[in-house]
Amino acid sequence: MKYEVIVVGGGHAGCEAALATARLGHKTLLITSNIKNIADMPCNPSIGGPAKGIVVREIDALGGEMGKNADKAALQTKMLNTKKGPAVQALRFQADKVTYPKEMLKTLRATKNLEIQEAMVEKLLVNNQKIEGVELEDGTKIPSTIVILTTGTYLKAVVLTGSTKKSSGPHGEKESKYLSDNLRELGFTIKRLKTGTPQRIDKNSIDYSKTKEEKGDAVAHTFSFDNIVYRQPKDQISCHLIYTTPKTHEIIKEHLNESSMYGGYVEGIGPRYCPSIEDKVVRFSDKERHQLFLEPESLYYDDIYLQGFSTSMPHDVQELMVHSLPGLEHAKILKYGYAIEYDAIDSMQLKRSLETKLIENLYTAGQINGTSGYEEAAGQGLIAGINAALKLEGKKPLILKRNESYIGVLIDDLVTKGVKDPYRLLTSRAEYRLLLRNDNADLRLREYGYQVGLISKEKYEVFCKKKENIKKLIDQLQTTRITPKKEINEYIEKIPSPPLKDGISLFDLLKRPEIALENIKHFIDISSYSKEEQEQVEINAKYEGYIKKAKKEAAKMLSLEEKIIPENIDYNQIPNLASEARQKLCEVRPTTIGQASRISGVNPADISILMVYLRRNS
Amino acid sequence: MNDTIVAISTAMGVGAISIVRLSGNDAINIVNNCFKGKDLTKVESHTINYGHLLDNGEVIDEVLVSVMKAPRTYTMEDVVEINCHGGIISTKRILETMLTNGARLAEPGEFTKRAFLNGRIDLVKSEAVMDIIDSKTEEANKLALSQLTGTTSNMIHSFREKLKQLLASIEVNIDYPEYHDIEVITKEQVSSEIVKMKQELEKVIKESKNSTLIKEGIKTVIVGRPNVGKSSILNKLLEQDKAIVTDIAGTTRDIVEGEINLDGILLNIIDTAGIRSTDDVVEKIGVEKSISMIEDADLVIVVLNNNEPLTAEDKEILSKTKEKQRIIVINKTDLPTNIDISKENLKNVVHTNANTVEGIKQLKSKIIELFQLETLKTKDYTYLSNARQISLAKKAYQSLKEAETGLNNNLPIDMVEIDLKETFDLLGEIIGETYSEEILDHLFANFCVGK
Repeated sequence: MKYEVIVVGGGHAGCEAALATARLGHKTLLITSNIKNIADMPCNPSIGGPAKGIVVREIDALGGEMGKNADKAALQTKMLNTKKGPAVQALRFQADKVTYPKEMLKTLRATKNLEIQEAMVEKLLVNNQKIEGVELEDGTKIPSTIVILTTGTYLKAVVLTGSTKKSSGPHGEKESKYLSDNLRELGFTIKRLKTGTPQRIDKNSIDYSKTKEEKGDAVAHTFSFDNIVYRQPKDQISCHLIYTTPKTHEIIKEHLNESSMYGGYVEGIGPRYCPSIEDKVVRFSDKERHQLFLEPESLYYDDIYLQGFSTSMPHDVQELMVHSLPGLEHAKILKYGYAIEYDAIDSMQLKRSLETKLIENLYTAGQINGTSGYEEAAGQGLIAGINAALKLEGKKPLILKRNESYIGVLIDDLVTKGVKDPYRLLTSRAEYRLLLRNDNADLRLREYGYQVGLISKEKYEVFCKKKENIKKLIDQLQTTRITPKKEINEYIEKIPSPPLKDGISLFDLLKRPEIALENIKHFIDISSYSKEEQEQVEINAKYEGYIKKAKKEAAKMLSLEEKIIPENIDYNQIPNLASEARQKLCEVRPTTIGQASRISGVNPADISILMVYLRRNS
Repeated sequence: MNDTIVAISTAMGVGAISIVRLSGNDAINIVNNCFKGKDLTKVESHTINYGHLLDNGEVIDEVLVSVMKAPRTYTMEDVVEINCHGGIISTKRILETMLTNGARLAEPGEFTKRAFLNGRIDLVKSEAVMDIIDSKTEEANKLALSQLTGTTSNMIHSFREKLKQLLASIEVNIDYPEYHDIEVITKEQVSSEIVKMKQELEKVIKESKNSTLIKEGIKTVIVGRPNVGKSSILNKLLEQDKAIVTDIAGTTRDIVEGEINLDGILLNIIDTAGIRSTDDVVEKIGVEKSISMIEDADLVIVVLNNNEPLTAEDKEILSKTKEKQRIIVINKTDLPTNIDISKENLKNVVHTNANTVEGIKQLKSKIIELFQLETLKTKDYTYLSNARQISLAKKAYQSLKEAETGLNNNLPIDMVEIDLKETFDLLGEIIGETYSEEILDHLFANFCVGK
């Protein structure tokens, strides 16, 4: 049986990749070590957050599954940063850890061209630097044109608590023993990374009277542009907030050397943005307390996720630590926190299409590329899937740019800068975040989704209508003028806003900081436009200056992106490049001058030299 | 670009020793081929070697040769310096020998360019070195030197440090919105920082502009009707400074009649088309033609005739120059006074005549006063000293202003941050530091966030 695509790993990256290739009509096999763990959420029970939430919107705009699935599994929904500008607002859902995988499995099973097989892949079949299939643990060979590796944290995974080291994936799942050795033999640079997870507490053993309740928003939100609300605001489940105590800090300091990290048992490099509680206590010793969230994992079981308390202390110390927390004096620990080490490949060995440079038709996505987070994984999985399909169809890959999506920022960072610690998306990684908003993900990407074939004609037409309406409403506001008549100025002064001196278009009036769209409705009926359409127009008016500036900056970057570096360039033939730059350029092999300019260690002088060389040799 | 360059790197004909410097892959080989003494290809790096320099077997000079191997050299390439006996003829002959043996004559500033391209020095430093090469007066030399010590960089660094803290505080609130213990930065805090920084930057830009004047000279236009005595004023100024009068038409885009060094301050006298040679030309060209010259000038000297009443043409000149830094020279005070300027409300008026130097001295001190050059001269020079830097600083100032406007208009903090980030990047460009993960690093080092 020959497949067109084999996806190895059924996590968030694997699901998106397999769905994409299968939906695009390519015979796909998804291989997972345990079918029960499809789309598993081994760490926090939430999806989204700043930047990450926008990735979920982008996935949906492109025709991926995460947004729709998260909507189905929502326990609590929140729009974050509502007091800030539209650029940094993002959705975060608490998602049910039972519902999410269940719904995803349903979707996978209902998808044509997609088969799922439970097995362990331990070897890649490669001939002449081209992938030919995979070999299972039992020696079975399965041929395939394309292979996408989405193995998550399973490569040579080791779970650590205190001085105890155990070879195992998350949840005591079987790890992959030999695949990373095989990758090393094939020429990949293998890195050792680390991450961790906190305890799960029995909900019935918590004294909630000592905690502060954190509710969801009063209005309903959805990630997907389908806008189907599965959980009404009134039915949301709450989280709870507590703080560490001086006693907690004392215990941690006293037992510090027993933790895997401080005891020197960890080789892998952990993420900077997710320090363990012992890290926090050591690095920020002046802080009297650290906040922790009690987050429900599911409606179907009693585990409460203790967000902020990730640790690799031995079990007996974890008992002491947890019991020092307010409301958790008698808490029952259902699962202990642990650190997990795993192998990842060097993401600079990838092209921007997520195909590996070393082996044709081999793609990788998700934590194997050194990222962390469900959303980052899913975004990459979708792009790897789309590009695998495009490759099969003999088409050019879809490369999202930094000014059009967070996914583009993520992948460009991965292949251009590489990672030292597990990579998490942050809004500050995006230069043009004003363009990459939660509200306009469809306007940025739906076109691509349609072109690729993941967005149906029907949905595309709905989108086109929306785009058209936004344009129409802007036109309308720009052409409707009001003059400084008495009754008009009376109304404007009441808002309050300075009275008009000259005639002004409604669009320009809306630019005034104190004027809301509500006020515009006083002059013109816009009720035929949807809430989303009105919102777009308001943002475009209010932030026009900033948006223009961001677009101008982006255009500058894009002009460098258009300067293509030939694939066969020999950097050793270019005189006067600084040696560090030469080495980095050889390693990354950027496809454009723009990408080259973002490599750390390649300074502007090197870029000028490179450009001079290219011009002279063209 | 990987050829070997050579140049005489000491002033020609001055001093007892001259240095001929080579840089490039073949520097050591080229010198070794004409050197009698140790085998220079085998000596240790950073050694001085005694010997003789030969041209076709004939000894030219007794020399000391410094061999410095890449990368620990000024250009980060192999560098050889030949210390020879001063004197134009022998030094030139050594240079020629190097050229015939495969070196190429360096272009002005090429050593520094290589140092920069090879990553040896940052942009500010390389610009400062170029300025030393170009510096025409002592004052400018001092200014260029203080840059090398990094005072400019330090100042910009301190601005960026402040901005970095602000940005990280804003970022952390965006990326970690639910951390109740992290202090949310208030608009007032941001606003007070912006105001402070704006003031400092404004001061720097203003003083930098004056320092540019020191370095590049004050573009001076002398205007006036024919026969008011422009040429005599010019000649008097030139007389004061006979030693430095140069004829360097074409060195700048302006037609420079002459450079005058007044106590270390350079005046570039700009001329339309030879005010000095004939007044008739001015009549032909007319006042209108001088307008673009006036617009470009840092200083306009308007010359009026004491002996004649103000004409319409005089008045036109006065009105055209009203917005400029301007000195009014009433010339010919040795003749009876027929001019009446009481209605013109003129400032900075100086009286001169052909017989004394008093007026010219007054004119000089007026110039110094007008450009606050005294204060500048006695200060530590920590200013931006070229057009690129100043224009970037101005842009940075502009984005600070926009950030302020945003705050005053109650825009969300992340919008205001766009302008702050731009300021941060522009300041970084001045010192050749572009965005890396600086802000993120600062954020993670200073705020406790994570799961």
